[in-house]
Amino acid sequence: MENTGTVTAKNIMIKCNSIFKTFESKDDENEVIRNFNLEIKENEFVVLFGPGQCGKTTVLNIIAGLEQSTKGEVFVNGRKITEPGPDRGMVYQTTALFPWLTVMGNVEFGPKSLGVKKKERRERAQYYIDLVGLKGFEKHYPIKLSGGMQQRVGIARAYCNNPPVILLDEPFGALDAQTRYLMEEELGRICTKEKRTIVFVTNNIEEAIYLADRIVLLTNCPTTIRKEYIIGLPRPRDYTSNDFLTLRKEITSEMDETI
Amino acid sequence: MSKTIKFKLISVFSFISFLIIWQICTDVLHLLPPYSLPSPIKTFSTFFVKISSTSPDGSVLPIHILASLQVALLGFLSGAVLGTPLGITMAWNKKFDMMVKPVFDLLRTIPPIGWIPIMILLLGIGTQAKVALIFVSSFVPCVINSYTGIKQTSHIHFWVGQTFGATNSQLLRKIAIPTALPFIFTGLRVSLSVAWMSLVAAELLAATRGLGYMIQIARTIGRADIIVLGMLLIGSIGGVLSILLEYVENKFVKGGV
Repeated sequence: MENTGTVTAKNIMIKCNSIFKTFESKDDENEVIRNFNLEIKENEFVVLFGPGQCGKTTVLNIIAGLEQSTKGEVFVNGRKITEPGPDRGMVYQTTALFPWLTVMGNVEFGPKSLGVKKKERRERAQYYIDLVGLKGFEKHYPIKLSGGMQQRVGIARAYCNNPPVILLDEPFGALDAQTRYLMEEELGRICTKEKRTIVFVTNNIEEAIYLADRIVLLTNCPTTIRKEYIIGLPRPRDYTSNDFLTLRKEITSEMDETI
Repeated sequence: MSKTIKFKLISVFSFISFLIIWQICTDVLHLLPPYSLPSPIKTFSTFFVKISSTSPDGSVLPIHILASLQVALLGFLSGAVLGTPLGITMAWNKKFDMMVKPVFDLLRTIPPIGWIPIMILLLGIGTQAKVALIFVSSFVPCVINSYTGIKQTSHIHFWVGQTFGATNSQLLRKIAIPTALPFIFTGLRVSLSVAWMSLVAAELLAATRGLGYMIQIARTIGRADIIVLGMLLIGSIGGVLSILLEYVENKFVKGGV
């Protein structure tokens, strides 16, 4: 691949340009993001990691175009973001599947909205359903699936629209620990197979180190970047390797200071 | 024995005991005179006679049933066909909502029976007046329920649609309406039962045939058997209609909630 290692304007996929966000209520102003600057390269896996109540999700929503920044702008692929669009797929915290559609119906929803022909979108949806390990569940309705399986559908749905950018908002937050490890491994596998630019929000340090190319450590409210870590560990990663544990200790102690 | 069969047997048993107790109270113990409450056996035999007899009200039973069904279904369908889209549009479009709601809120609290006198004045005592009455009574629950249903749509589902590039009309058709569908069907079910109930009320007051009319005539000449027969038929036809509607609902509403 050309341009590896050097950050040039060409391979920057997401650019956050001094983002500020203030929520205003009647007699109160609440600043959640202060001067947030970030550049994310094409096909990079960036984890926004920070303490519980900081504005991670808000940053993600602004990149998605679901919320507007008070000041500053976001560029995706050189285009200024003003609203949500099919170039940015999103996987949500809680299951956001459509309960009235089957697994297949949910996964092919994106291409269907964009008018992709039935045969083509079925093939594509089937590919991603297989990829997330749900072969045989195409005709099931979400209510019949476990939490982990529902999030798999969510991931397949986001990929199926073929967006260059995928945003994940604590997608495994509601899962039990065992399922969570499994899903992290699965996502790691999917990301190696299907390269995309990924922004992943979490407050779980293991998850962050396991998945990230780069961890962006955020401060508490108002959110801004405290420190960045390039994670160079070979994949698939081992939760218990010395390097992993050292990193974990380092980042955790750094975070403790921010709280 | 599986649980479902057991439960069904319990229901059947309860129904049969109801008939037996009724029979004992009337024909066996004569607690009530036959001119105020006929026995189930008497009611059954009246049913078979009335199928082909025009006495005392001028029409055979099937004609009464058909007349009532026709009016009820016409009124119900027109109420549903106009009410559901109105509710959806009100929920989707704030300006339209503001425009229509005051009038709707004023009219919706008038009970269906309260419409009868004005309907008779406007449209006479023919089919039209009754269809119009049923229309008014089934229209209101359809509007309210489809309105509520659309409002239930989760903002995350809208977000999902938007990040997939869905247009505004796609958001309505592919996300809001499917969300609202269970509510829309609740509205239809309520409408159907209200329609059926107000129909009988309408026929009691102004009609030339129909189950309500049949009951009314039977009352004036003291034929309790025909009154009870009419009541039972109204009940069971209403039940069958709601079972049919449930069947349609199961075809359309998927995924469970």
